[in-house]
Amino acid sequence: MAGVADPHQYLAAKQRWAPIEVAFWLAMLLPFVLVPTYLPLASQIAITAIFAVSLDLILGYAGLVSLGHAAYFGLGAYTAGLIAKAGWGEPFSGLLIGGAAAGLFGHLTGYIVVRVRHLALIMITLGIGLLLYEVANRASWLTGGNDGLQGVAMWPLFGSFDFDLYGYTAYAYSLAVLFAVVLAARRLVHSPFGLSLRAIRENERRMPAIGAPSRARLRTIYTIAATIAGIGGALLAQTTQFVSLGALSFERSAELIVILVIGGTGRLYGGVVGAIVYMVARDRLSGMNPQYWYFWIGLMLIGVVLFLPNGILGGLATLLPRRSRAS
Amino acid sequence: MTAPALRTTGLHKSFGSLVVAQDVAISLPQGARYALIGPNGAGKTTLINLITGALRPDSGEILLGEEAITALEPDSRVKRGLARTFQINTLFPDLSPLEAVTLAVCERLGVANVWWRRLVGFRDAVDEAYDILASLNIGAVCYRATRELAYGQQRLLEIALALATKPKVLLLDEPAAGVPRQQGGELFEAIANLSSDITVLFIEHDMEVVFRFASRVIVMVGGRLLVEGTSSEIAADQRVREVYLGRSRHG
Amino acid sequence: MIAPAVGVLFDGFAYGMLLFLLSVGLSVTLGMMNFVNLAHGSFAMVGAYVAVSLMGLGWPFFATLPCAFLVAGVISVGFERTLFRRVYRASDLQQVLLTIGLAFISVAAAAWFYGTMQQPVRLPVYLRTYATFMGINFSIYRLFLIAVALAVTGLLVGALDYTRFGAQVRAAVDNQRMAQGLGVDVDTVFAITFALGSGLAGLGGALAIEIVGLDPNFTFTYLIYVLIVVAVGGLGSIRGSLLAAILLGVSDAAGKYYVPTLGAFLIYLVMVSLLLWRPSGLFGRR
Ligand SMILES: Nc1ncnc2c1ncn2[C@@H]1O[C@H](COP(=O)(O)OP(=O)(O)O)[C@@H](O)[C@H]1O
Ligand SMILES: [Mg+2]
Repeated sequence: MAGVADPHQYLAAKQRWAPIEVAFWLAMLLPFVLVPTYLPLASQIAITAIFAVSLDLILGYAGLVSLGHAAYFGLGAYTAGLIAKAGWGEPFSGLLIGGAAAGLFGHLTGYIVVRVRHLALIMITLGIGLLLYEVANRASWLTGGNDGLQGVAMWPLFGSFDFDLYGYTAYAYSLAVLFAVVLAARRLVHSPFGLSLRAIRENERRMPAIGAPSRARLRTIYTIAATIAGIGGALLAQTTQFVSLGALSFERSAELIVILVIGGTGRLYGGVVGAIVYMVARDRLSGMNPQYWYFWIGLMLIGVVLFLPNGILGGLATLLPRRSRAS
Repeated sequence: MTAPALRTTGLHKSFGSLVVAQDVAISLPQGARYALIGPNGAGKTTLINLITGALRPDSGEILLGEEAITALEPDSRVKRGLARTFQINTLFPDLSPLEAVTLAVCERLGVANVWWRRLVGFRDAVDEAYDILASLNIGAVCYRATRELAYGQQRLLEIALALATKPKVLLLDEPAAGVPRQQGGELFEAIANLSSDITVLFIEHDMEVVFRFASRVIVMVGGRLLVEGTSSEIAADQRVREVYLGRSRHG
Repeated sequence: MIAPAVGVLFDGFAYGMLLFLLSVGLSVTLGMMNFVNLAHGSFAMVGAYVAVSLMGLGWPFFATLPCAFLVAGVISVGFERTLFRRVYRASDLQQVLLTIGLAFISVAAAAWFYGTMQQPVRLPVYLRTYATFMGINFSIYRLFLIAVALAVTGLLVGALDYTRFGAQVRAAVDNQRMAQGLGVDVDTVFAITFALGSGLAGLGGALAIEIVGLDPNFTFTYLIYVLIVVAVGGLGSIRGSLLAAILLGVSDAAGKYYVPTLGAFLIYLVMVSLLLWRPSGLFGRR
């Protein structure tokens, strides 16, 4: 409202926890009691949500379109899987190492990615993804190639929680990591750095004129997003005790964009909502021929672009009465 | 005598066969109020682009105070105290003016790369941003999205963003372009009230405004400096009359 | 030693000419409108299925080629007028999403109508023979393919350089606003160019079946190759597309023959390095 006089209150209101956010996280605990048979699906959703949140940081906030984000997810997955296979099955350190490997690769490739825009950006991110996929495919002595990486054996989480068949540990673990990731991302998007990312998305040309080195900023967020994607991949390897080439594939990157866009970009929770909607729908329709599944995805994409450009969360935000900012 | 705040020597720039800057040498003393005039296409915007680093000159030097800045990136030049505004609004449509100006302040303070602390925690930066906006009379609309602001308010925000960098030298590219005359006058009042530590060069077509707010005037034609002098000298100069005043105001 | 090298070069060159037909339209329309059309591969697939269907009805192969061109062109301009034009001013992301959505739908539609198996083609017997020259066998079909592509290139270059419409296209690619200012109806010029470009993709699709086969995945398999050609060649440049397509075709054939273990790795590596060196492609502006 225009009547707010105090700039501090205005900024504080923008980043305050909303009751619906708290309710959302409580609801994420419901699968434990309501649908315990679906816990493996629930942990897949949490992992996909982590991956989608990481893409949102570069695509939704900083405005970089990437068609190769699966490279970092897959790298984290293979790193964590290989460590466990080599005999170090401790999950938490494996998670961090998987994230670090992906982050390092993200940092290196970031120098390339932030230099280009438009079609060249699309092609370079796509190229990095395809390159890594080919490498993993060729190095089958290490990765298992088309058969996937087998024999990933995990130790109990924190020495006491076994990865059980029902997925209790897996979901608790994935959900906790998702929560931590969203907390960190939430802090980031409300920081000065997060503001500078939105500014780059809005008008990169203005940035140098206010003294901002936008390429350096983009490199930083690219590294952070790659790290988070790697953490997601590591979680997948650890909770399913298996890594397939699909983790690195172009389809995985494309699907991720679909998930994020359906949920809504640049909204922090868009990736989480998108992951829930997409994965539940796919599970319900799993009997369907994959070709027809693609038909519905295609239709959904066109519909979103034409009628719901800000995704589900954007649509909800216009339906619900705006929360008063004055208080 | 102290060194000029900004100086260029022998600036050359051509786009293919089109020469847009030819041996351009200007020198702005500390605290001066200079106007840069010339017909459309004379190369005025290009000169600002060269000075700020948006374009690289083919040859020539740019000095900010004592320091040669010719090889620096645009953002480093801003950090050293060289700010500009744009002839065509170049803003952040989805950010609020408060956010945009706070960001520019954070950039200057070197804290805009901090991602582990909340923006609200930087109270001094927020206060300073709000004060700049309020001093330009857009404090009341600073919580809206920039795209919702009236055009004239957006022109003021252009200036606010530049001021947030605490410039020593401020280059204003037609700050009142497209603004009704009355409002344009108010806008130039705001510019005239800027601290006298800031050296200002502005591009403007309205001669009344130029003669009222500029201590000296530089005339540019076809990529060259034609003449430089006080308002009355320029008003009396025959060559200026021919190439500029003689034709339509925006010709 | 020489013979296999010549053979590889020949196959690669023929493949490159095919890639050129498939991609030249996208290059020109991208250069003009900056519209990232990831559904371009679908129009090639339309042409291919048109050819297969007509041959199923007993049409001769040559008669199906103009139909593949026409149907792909007409369908594409239908989408251009109704759907694509809504996102010309939208972000890269919106364009990517809309057109990739359409590509998904086209894959599903092809699977629905034709099933997911490879489609058979029955070429005339004389196209399936070989000409022997200095002890090396040259496939007649590939020679025919090269001839068609060279003829198309000649026509395109001639039309661009010597016709009024060509001049309008060049002006629009060069600087859209300036062209508008000079009285060029960019909207119409673009629609016609779009139809022509997609028509050529359709023709390429029909010609491709014999070499690479046809199933619903055709759209995506060739989309990546087409994008590489366009990005490496430079938007809006016919010369660039031609050169990039030949480069890609020859390196693909050579790679498969000499270093089969590397697979597509080399091609992606070359593309990424080339784009780093020249982000707007070999012949791109800026
Ligand atoms: N990036 C560019 N490429 C080619 N020509 C340009 C470019 N920028 C400006 N010009 C040309 O340079 C000349 C000077 O332009 P400009 O500096 O904008 O003039 P002014 O601001 O004095 O009206 C004009 O003829 C303009 O068309
Ligand atoms: Mg100008």
